[in-house]
Amino acid sequence: MDNHGSYKSLINIWILLMFLTVVTVGAAQFDFGAWNVPIALIIASVKAGVVALHFMHLKHEDGLTWVFASYPLFLLFLLIAFTVTDMFSRVVN
Amino acid sequence: MSQEQEKNYLENGEGFASWFFTVDHKRIGIMYLWAIGVFFIIAAIASFLVRFEHLTPGQTIMTAHTYNVLFTLHGSMMVFLFIVPGVAASFGNFLIPLMIGAKDVIFPKLNLYSFWLYLLGAAVFMIALAAPADTGWTFYTPYSIESGANVILITFGIFILGFSSILTGINFIVTMHKLRAPGMTWDRLPLFCWAAYATSLLQVLATPVVGITLLLLIGERFFGLGFFDPARGGDPVLFQHFFWFYSHPAVYIMILPAMGIISEVIPVFSRKPIFGYKAIAYASLAIALISFLVWGHHMFVSGQSKLINVIFSVITYAVAVPTAIKVFNWLWTLYKGSIELSTAMLYSLAFIFLFTIGGLTGLFLGALAADVHLHDTYFVVAHMHYVMIGGTVFGFFAALHFWYPKMWGRMFDEFKAKIAFVLIFIGFNVIFFPQFILGTLGMPRRYFNYAPEFQSLHQLSTYGTWIGAAGFILMLWTLMRPLPGKAPGNPYRSLSLEWSMDSPPGTFNFDEIPTITEPVYNYGTKIEEES
Repeated sequence: MDNHGSYKSLINIWILLMFLTVVTVGAAQFDFGAWNVPIALIIASVKAGVVALHFMHLKHEDGLTWVFASYPLFLLFLLIAFTVTDMFSRVVN
Repeated sequence: MSQEQEKNYLENGEGFASWFFTVDHKRIGIMYLWAIGVFFIIAAIASFLVRFEHLTPGQTIMTAHTYNVLFTLHGSMMVFLFIVPGVAASFGNFLIPLMIGAKDVIFPKLNLYSFWLYLLGAAVFMIALAAPADTGWTFYTPYSIESGANVILITFGIFILGFSSILTGINFIVTMHKLRAPGMTWDRLPLFCWAAYATSLLQVLATPVVGITLLLLIGERFFGLGFFDPARGGDPVLFQHFFWFYSHPAVYIMILPAMGIISEVIPVFSRKPIFGYKAIAYASLAIALISFLVWGHHMFVSGQSKLINVIFSVITYAVAVPTAIKVFNWLWTLYKGSIELSTAMLYSLAFIFLFTIGGLTGLFLGALAADVHLHDTYFVVAHMHYVMIGGTVFGFFAALHFWYPKMWGRMFDEFKAKIAFVLIFIGFNVIFFPQFILGTLGMPRRYFNYAPEFQSLHQLSTYGTWIGAAGFILMLWTLMRPLPGKAPGNPYRSLSLEWSMDSPPGTFNFDEIPTITEPVYNYGTKIEEES
């Protein structure tokens, strides 16, 4: 085992992920209207963040790796921001 | 750094298996070169036939459907099988470890796996030709959803090719971070490597988006999910957003490595240090970053909102800045240099000339009002070919000639190669310059038929393909028949590390990892005289 977390912490992370999966399934049983998608995405993002930090060892990496890892999130933000700006500023006859 | 005792990489093993299972970056680069070369020729033949069809209005040699299939085959094969993997995978693989002073890339097996994925993706793509697509290389919805052709199989092939691209990009990034020789600091890194680094960033960051988009296309077609079809609650413009979010950065995946080649060739044949090293290096990164912000300029007439049109138009002008920085720096490198017009140099000078035309006509298209008139006309076809052929392919040809002695250990007939260059240069301009005029006169792209008044310009353009094809065949003939005798290790007196060893290099490149003590472009200086 290297210094990237003990078995105990990895199992705890796994239990957390299982719990979040239950939350995902549970949330899907209720209709939150316009919040359906945001809630599902928030839960999924938390799961992805936990995986990236612990299973992909981002927690133990240096600044340059963080720059590489977080830049795609910036691009994702750009993709969504520009596309949504287009959709909500169209003039429909 | 003599490699006398060690077998060179070409002699180290014979037969199919010694190549197909090799983890030697040089052999993998050569295999990419052969593969993309074959696809380039197939796609070029398709374009030759398409142009032949335009000799007369109406049907000349093929039906309208065959015409649609052939221009789709030409575009998609050129983009996804030749020009995207083209320079980066072939010359990148061969050169990066040699240039940074490493024995191989950092993940050699992953490198071979990338090549196999490329072959697999290409095979799926070719199988799909049983019912070939007629959608154009952009696969726009809703037609790509409705078409009876093998659109999904082709896009699945491209999906696999994307993985190959991503893995190659990761390999190159990590290699340049971890395997640079002692003293090979970032500000001594050859500019080809900087360009390959920026390209790799784009490959890793942009390619997943096109992969996801193609999966959505599959989901819509097979499972009836509503992503792009308005009848199912989708938005066809959304496909274009996703597609161009990848495909515009992909333009720079295609052109950046060629820019790196030009930055290597020009100092050698000007005998001058490259002007503005850091500006060129950082311009590569700037292009990579800004290229993610301009995709909407492909969609000005798609129904995209006016507000976002204005935003994309303004940012599009910004990407011209780092590109122009490179062009000015190459020109300043030439200024008062001792210029030798070798074949590789001729292709490089042609690159600057043609790419500048391609770049400046891009600004026409980036201007909103002009684009409304020029969109989907032959002006766009001419613009993108001036960038992609005049830029990338001329850069690729420059590299083929410049590193030919290093790759094959032989020299070629410069005189014949220069005649081939002249034919290709003239042929290229005769093909595409009339298309700028055709476009401004209103000739739409991708149309099978055309009005009689366009015939003379169409015919001129077709004649150009005959001149260009003659030049290309002569170039192949020249390169396939090397001169007798072994090439010297450094025939062009380059100071770059890959020329410091025998031609062709030994299997492990360096007996001992070198220590770098000087900048790489010290041409015409006291240091060069001493060395």
